[in-house]
Parts: sequence; structure tokens; C-alpha cells
Amino acid sequence: MNQRHNALRALAAAVALAFVASPALAQEKVKVGFMLPYTGTFAALGNAITNGFKLAIAEQGGKLGGRDIDYVTVDDESDPAKAPENVNKLIKRDNVDVIVGTVHSGVAMAMAKAAKDNNALLLIPNAGQDEITGPLCAPNIIRTSFSNSSPGYAMGKVAADRGYKTVVTLAWKYAAGDQSVGGFKEAFEKGGGKVVKELSLPFPTVEFQPFLTEIASIKPDAVYVFFAGGGAVKLVKDYDAAGLRKTIPLLGPGFLTDGTLEAQGASAEGLLTTLHYADELDNPKNNAFRAAYKKAYNVEPDVYAMQGYDTGQLLAAGTKAVGGDMKKRDALIKAMQTAKIDSPRGPFSLSKANNPVQDIYLRQVVNKQNKAIGIAIKGYADPAVGCKM
Amino acid sequence: MDIVAIQLLNAVQYGLLLFLVASGLTLIFGIMGIINLAHGSFYMLGAYMAFTLSSLTGSLAVAMVLGVVLSVVIGLVLEWTLFSHLYKRDHLEQVLLTYGLILIFEELRSLIVGNDVHGVPVPALFGGSIALVDTMTYPVYRLVMSGVCLAIAAGMYVLIQRTRLGMTIRAGASNREMVGVLGVNVNLVFRIVFALGVALAAFAGMLAAPVSSVYPGMGQQVLIICFVVVVIGGIGSVWGALVASLLIGLVDTFGKVLVPEYAGVAVYLLMAAILLWRPEGLFRRG
Repeated sequence: MNQRHNALRALAAAVALAFVASPALAQEKVKVGFMLPYTGTFAALGNAITNGFKLAIAEQGGKLGGRDIDYVTVDDESDPAKAPENVNKLIKRDNVDVIVGTVHSGVAMAMAKAAKDNNALLLIPNAGQDEITGPLCAPNIIRTSFSNSSPGYAMGKVAADRGYKTVVTLAWKYAAGDQSVGGFKEAFEKGGGKVVKELSLPFPTVEFQPFLTEIASIKPDAVYVFFAGGGAVKLVKDYDAAGLRKTIPLLGPGFLTDGTLEAQGASAEGLLTTLHYADELDNPKNNAFRAAYKKAYNVEPDVYAMQGYDTGQLLAAGTKAVGGDMKKRDALIKAMQTAKIDSPRGPFSLSKANNPVQDIYLRQVVNKQNKAIGIAIKGYADPAVGCKM
Repeated sequence: MDIVAIQLLNAVQYGLLLFLVASGLTLIFGIMGIINLAHGSFYMLGAYMAFTLSSLTGSLAVAMVLGVVLSVVIGLVLEWTLFSHLYKRDHLEQVLLTYGLILIFEELRSLIVGNDVHGVPVPALFGGSIALVDTMTYPVYRLVMSGVCLAIAAGMYVLIQRTRLGMTIRAGASNREMVGVLGVNVNLVFRIVFALGVALAAFAGMLAAPVSSVYPGMGQQVLIICFVVVVIGGIGSVWGALVASLLIGLVDTFGKVLVPEYAGVAVYLLMAAILLWRPEGLFRRG
């Protein structure tokens, strides 16, 4: 009888202890909100970023700063009209500690504004809208990719160095296209070239024929284009079908041939692009990253996967410094700003405007790979025009 | 000079494709008196059928045949269940119903195929390019497209002007009651016209799919420009639709490359100018 009594008491004590102990033992989880395109033109990009991010987290034992992670996912559909509602869901309804997103520049603008208004932590794994690390810059908005104008700027320098005198540009008429062409024009004309005509068409339409005909009639030394995803596939194929590939070199930022080479096939062989990443960068980190990514997802990683991976690495570095306590916001941001990230693209750190300072490579498509054939600009930091921080 | 000729070719080719879509709209609008906002959705339907059926069957030609049959059936069913109740009602109710159809078609598209952008491969037979001038080659498929559009335009002319069915359609359009009294089944005639309109739009979508890709919202873009065609050409005039389509093809194509900053509004300026000059369009029916 007594023994049974004791057993009961022990059990009760254990239960009570468990109740008391559980909040202390199970620390608060880190809540990560993905707001990325999982459908639409940029769906493949959104998935690659998510995969890359989760690979970086897996390398940390599936934890951030020693704490478990809760993921919340929102499909932004690359639709700027739905962006404010979507980002507010993450901030106000789900109360996430950090938002990761997105690809489309217009959507990212809405996210940056909401992040600024609500003082939410935002990590941008792709969208290169110049303003985000320009006039809109803030300590809590950090980008791990590039600014729209920087690959264009690098290509403008390359084109001028190669002695091209005249260039026609063709791009989707939206912020990313305008800024990419703007960066190209700035460097190219500084180097003595001239952009003789700027052509554009609405996003995401892909009827290029009249523009290709116009290019054939102007016969410039080269053509600079900004397209990504499905549009990039179509443009490269149409450019080849129009017989222009052999006579007028096609130049672009790396998005023209990243994640699209399989679909572009032979039409893309030999194209020159500039980007902060290339497929066969021979550094130990890149080799390890490529092997691990291929093992985990059974596809070759692209620049988007790499940017997702680095976003994960950066957040891991930040959370490590604060032991996963997301309430220590200032220390967390400070740690990310001073971190030197060992990235597959080569080491990078953040500029004053929270944009990566990095090498931009000149790449050529060789056997369906974006092979680096040189460095277009070393340690390039976006000028961050208008950022007061 | 050669290049201008190629640009003209681009313009004509775009114009002819536009005509294919717009002719269906003008037929339904002019002859049956129905404002069909869902017409662009039929174009989208065609493009997505080309995508799904050609990936299932492996052949764009087979997909097109199946697609035309399917779209005729869809047209007949829609006319029977919904549109036949609209003839005697005012335009507002027609707009409400057909706008509802746009939403339904878009949502169905999203549920069945998803929101991704897809490419449709050009059939291998027409996959090549031919050299028209020394600086540029021209994809064969685009030439084939224009040929097909021309053939269909000719076929429509014969159908409407030279056949008994065409005669009944024209008669039914000008006086529905009278034709009915004469013992013609007007309801059946209208059902056929409607199905024909749907099939034309869907066929245009299928033909354009390899060139334009298929993407969400593609129907609305086409719808707006088709209404411009109908307004410029004169409501109900198939001949007017052809002229207006070619005109828009020219203005749009040359506008894009000559005044890139204003390309978006060039077509609408054209419409405004023509309406000032001829408020009823270039070719008024009847």
C-alpha cells in the first residue's frame, strides 16, 4: 500500500516537474517565413532558393543558434499587387522572426517597405532592385545576392574593353530590366562605347520578332539583354533562329543563362554573361556545395540555389552570435554585418548598405555550363546611391 | 530596305493572327448581339490545350485537331446552357455573365495546369529558319502560321458570302424574327456561329502557342486588343476586322521599334484617331 502510494507520489511529482520544466527546456523556436515564388515565371527560382537555404541549415544540424526552426511558407506568385497582403500575413499573423524573400523586384519593393514600417528583419536572397540598398536601405534589410545594376555595370566594362563601339539593348520593361540596362549603359559609355537604341517589351511577354528584325537592321557591334527564366530561354532560342548569334554577339547578366541552359540547348553555346557566380568556380567551398546540393536534390545547383544557401549561412552566423535569441535584434544584425561568409561564389562580406561586396565574373557557356573565364570587376560594391545609414 | 520588308512581314503575321481571334469576336458581337468578354479566355484555352495535348500526344498537329473538336463542343455547350438565354437581355447582363466566365476559366486553368509559364515546341517539320536577307534568317513556322491564317480568312469569306449557311447567318443577323418565320431554325444557326467563334479563338491560341509561350493572363491581353480591332473595323464586319487587324499589326510592330517609349499607347492612339474620323469604324456592317 505504502509502496503504491510512493509510486503515485513520484509519478505526480514527475508530471508536475515536466509541466514546470517544459517551457525552460524547449527554447522558443526560430520562426522563418519564406515569401518566394512557387508558381509562375520564377517558380523554379523560388524552389532553388528554398532548397539552398535548407541545405545551409541542414549543415548546421537543422538548427539556428542551437534552436529548432519553424518554417512558414507563402507563395508570392511574383505578383506585386498581392505583395503587401502577403508580407503582412507573415509579419502580423504569423509573427515570424525573419522573412526570406524574394525574386521579383517589384514584390521585393513592397516587402522592403513593409519591413521598414514594421521593423521586421528581411533577408533578400535574389531581387536586385537598386533602391532596396539605396534610398530604402535600413539595418534590418539585408541582401545576399546583388543589385540589378551591378552585373550590367560589369558587362558594360567588358563590352568597352573588348572594343565594341555600338550596342542595342533589349529588356523587359520593369525595374530590374531598366536598372540592369542602366548599369550597362553607365559603364559602357564611360568606356567610350555608345548605346544606340534601347528596346523594351512588357513583362512577361516574349514576342521578340520585331525587335530582332530591328537589331538586324541596325547591325550593332553587340546586343545587351535582360531576361530571366522562361523569357531567357525563348530569347536565346529566337536570337539563334533569327541567325543573329553568329554575327552579332549577345551579352547579358548571368540570369540569361542560369537555370535555363538545359532548355536553351545549343542556342546558348558561347554566350558571354557576367555574374557573381559561375558553375565551375574552382574553390573548395564551391566544390563541396555543388556535391552536397546534387546529393540532396539530385539536380545541379544554380546561382539562385547558391544565394539561398548563403542566406542560410548568413542567418546561421547571426543567430550563432546571439544563441538563437531573435529578440537580441541589434546584436544579431551586427553579427551578420561583420560576418565574412565563406560562400561558393568566393568569400564576401556586406557593404555599409547591407549589399554583398564581391567579385563579378565574366562567364561563357561551354557544354551547357556557365564557365568563369575571368573576373570582370574585383570586389565590386554597389554605389548605394541615396542610402543614408 | 530588305529589313523593312521583313518588319512588314512581322507586322502582317501579327495582324493575321489577331484577325483570327478578332473575327470570332466580331461574328458573335455583330451577328448575335452579344458582348463576349470571355472571348480572350477561349484564346487562352486554345493555347493551354496546345500545351497539354501536345505534351500528351507528342504532336502539335494532333493536338490542334483534338483541340478544335473540343473547342467546338465547348462552344456548343456554352451557347446551349448560358448564352442562348442572353439574346433578349441587355448588354449589362451579358457583360456580367461573360466576366464571370473569365474568372471561372482563369481559376480552372490555375487548378488544372497551374500558374507556370510553359513553352510549346515548334513542330520539327517547321523547326528550321530560312535566309531572307543576308543579316537575318526567318523561322519557317512563322511563315506557315501566316499561310494558315490566310487560308482560314479565305475559308471564312467563302463560308459567309458563298454558302447557304452563310446566307442564313447574314439574314438572321439583320432580321432574326423574319428568318424564323421563313422556317429557318435560327437558334441552331446561332449555336453554330457561336461554336465557330470559340473554335476560331481557340485555334488562334493553339497556332500562337509555340511563338508566344503560354502564360496566365494571356487571354485578357488579347481580349483588349481584339475589342480595339472590332471597334476600328466596324462592329460585325469580318472584312473590317481583317483590315483593322493588319493596321494594328503595322502600327504595333513599327511603333515598338521606331518609338519604343510610346509603343504601349500607339494602338490606342490609332483607335482614337479613327473614331474621330469615322465614329462607326472603318466598315459599318449592312
